[in-house]
Amino acid sequence: MSHGTAVLEEVTQTPAVNSTVTSAPPEAAGDLPRWFQQQREQGWREFSALPNPSRKDQAWRFSNVDALDLSSYRFGNALSDHEHAEILERSAVLNGKSGRLIFANDQLLDRDALPESLRKAGVIFQPLERALIEHEDLVHKHFMAQPAVLGSAKFAALHRAQVRAGAFIYIPRAVELDLPIEIFHWLVDENAAVFPHLLLVADEMSKITVIEHFRSFNQTAPGFACGVNDLIAGRGATVKYICTQRWNENVTALQINATTVERDASAMSLNLHLGGSYSRFESLSRLVGEGARSDLLAVAVAHRKQEFDARTLQDHVSPHTASDLLYKNALDDRARTTFGGLIRVEPHAHFTDAYQKVRNLLLSDDAEANSMPGLEILADNVRCTHGATSGQIDEDELFYLRTRGIPIKTAQHLIVTGFLNEVVRRLDQPAIAAHLHRLIEEKFGNARG
Amino acid sequence: MQQLEIKNLRVAIGENEIIRDLSLSVGLGEMHAVMGPNGSGKSTLAKVIAGHPDYKVTGGEVLMDGENLFELDPDERARKGLFLAFQYPSEVPGVTIANFLRAAMQARLPEGEELEATDYYAKLYEKMDLLEIDRSFTSRAVNEGFSGGEKKRCEILQMAMLDPRYAVLDETDSGLDIDALKVVASGVNSLRGPNLGVLLITHYQRLLNYIVPDFVHVMVHGRIVRSGGKELALELEEKGYDWIREHAGEPVAA
Ligand SMILES: Nc1ncnc2c1ncn2[C@@H]1O[C@H](COP(=O)(O)OP(=O)(O)O)[C@@H](O)[C@H]1O
Ligand SMILES: [Mg+2]
Repeated sequence: MSHGTAVLEEVTQTPAVNSTVTSAPPEAAGDLPRWFQQQREQGWREFSALPNPSRKDQAWRFSNVDALDLSSYRFGNALSDHEHAEILERSAVLNGKSGRLIFANDQLLDRDALPESLRKAGVIFQPLERALIEHEDLVHKHFMAQPAVLGSAKFAALHRAQVRAGAFIYIPRAVELDLPIEIFHWLVDENAAVFPHLLLVADEMSKITVIEHFRSFNQTAPGFACGVNDLIAGRGATVKYICTQRWNENVTALQINATTVERDASAMSLNLHLGGSYSRFESLSRLVGEGARSDLLAVAVAHRKQEFDARTLQDHVSPHTASDLLYKNALDDRARTTFGGLIRVEPHAHFTDAYQKVRNLLLSDDAEANSMPGLEILADNVRCTHGATSGQIDEDELFYLRTRGIPIKTAQHLIVTGFLNEVVRRLDQPAIAAHLHRLIEEKFGNARG
Repeated sequence: MQQLEIKNLRVAIGENEIIRDLSLSVGLGEMHAVMGPNGSGKSTLAKVIAGHPDYKVTGGEVLMDGENLFELDPDERARKGLFLAFQYPSEVPGVTIANFLRAAMQARLPEGEELEATDYYAKLYEKMDLLEIDRSFTSRAVNEGFSGGEKKRCEILQMAMLDPRYAVLDETDSGLDIDALKVVASGVNSLRGPNLGVLLITHYQRLLNYIVPDFVHVMVHGRIVRSGGKELALELEEKGYDWIREHAGEPVAA
């Protein structure tokens, strides 16, 4: 984990600056495997062939599809020394971590390798490009194996065509990581585009926590992020995944996540959505083995004219599986959130427990929260509840706090953070939870300042 | 001047007058009990003093050390030394007792001054021990999932932390078993002194065996119908509220 000894041989070549990510087909990259090249080309063809999303499509109902004009985004510039140094400095979040990768403009900036003991145990934590060469079979088997079924097939195809940065993680059987793995993705200059990728394969009985940070170097520069993230929790494995999305508020962001949970495994994800002008988040959780469990947690703090658009599918394929979704949004000003979530219990998935709960706290009369929960149950003996509610701050709660001398602004703030904390608490990871609290506080601080 | 003075107070909810020309003064250092049947307006009185926005004051005033409370926001009243222990305290999901009380104490410090964390926790633990509240409660959300007794103890904990000049305790005894009642009463008694005036609202005489009042007032249908010393509570206990109603010229419950 030493800081100065970064392995930088994987630094990507920066393509010609003037080509945009939607006008230029991917370039052939010398030594990458053939199948990967073909996938890129295929991705490009699909992206070009598929229509733009339309609001008439249920998957894009309520969405601001106009935000998806991608014509001005290009791959970011190479970083100046100053940018490089500052990003490294600002990429310090956790004191204790197993390893860290830092990408900016889809270029690898720095890497804290895993400790010797974990490498010896067979844990792999590498930039995707390197893993494509050194662990080709493993990557090939899982790379974008889940189709994007929640609306963004076109953008998943774009990702497939343009991906050049990200992480591959493999945890062998029964290996447990005590400390989380950390990954940073930075957007740097104006109109830069990034395609963050994460592929995590946790083998039987292994245990791991991963935290990703999405950030902007500059607080106003427009940009575009289109990420794909595949988590595979093998038999009995325990996977926790946290993402803090803090692009600046002029960024358009799409994130397409898929989690596959095998027998007796459990996966928990928590996505903190703070940044972006339009931020779309698709999350597919597939419970493919008996006894599998998936917890889907998300918090969004939306203000000004921000728009957060979440689409989820809890797909119960096997019997005796459980999924629990809890999404909370706090909306101020003219912000909008959309939630479209489906629980699907497939014909043989008897004895399923599936929960879905969405709570919107409206802090302004102009904010708008849309919720479209859905159920599709094709099995017997299923316990399912779902519900979405929107409300304002409870007047009696507010009065209660004020009678203790707490000024109204502080009282409202306490109530809102308390409302969101209920999600964060479920993580049961104090150090990470403390970081998430800080980010939430910071966002409220900005709003008031 | 050193008193909480309620003068000819009238309060309505919609068209319905709940407090009808009520006057009462609690001097600093005094313990006043207000007793009355359900629905007589005791909680309304308490919440109006604290500044609840739902009630319409149609007449009279409440002065705290000479200052008109109706010109102050609820949080300003509190920072100036008023405290209300609620009959039904609100649950505040996700906000821990520790953070909640820290915010309340922080609000009492001058701008730019930070609450000293070590002292704060030392005081918090001391008061929790006094009220026999387990320390694990500091990280629990305010009142969420608390039993009735835990909520009431937590109200008195807040009072102990915030050191008010005047406290209104609204049925702090209700829902308590006898052991919990003793703990709460000894907590309140420990705070008694020349710098605290208390308006102790209760439905039952029982509490007054443990917190002995200096004065007792009987409230029926929105006004004080009788005041006296602590013996009045016993008399009331013996004869019941109907006796008072008759003497006050109020309709007797069927
Ligand atoms: N928020 C309210 N809305 C409508 N009526 C109320 C409200 N609060 C109290 N009341 C009415 O005012 C009267 C007095 O209630 P309250 O002050 O709670 O009495 P007490 O505390 O003495 O039992 C009752 O008739 C009650 O129904
Ligand atoms: Mg009452």
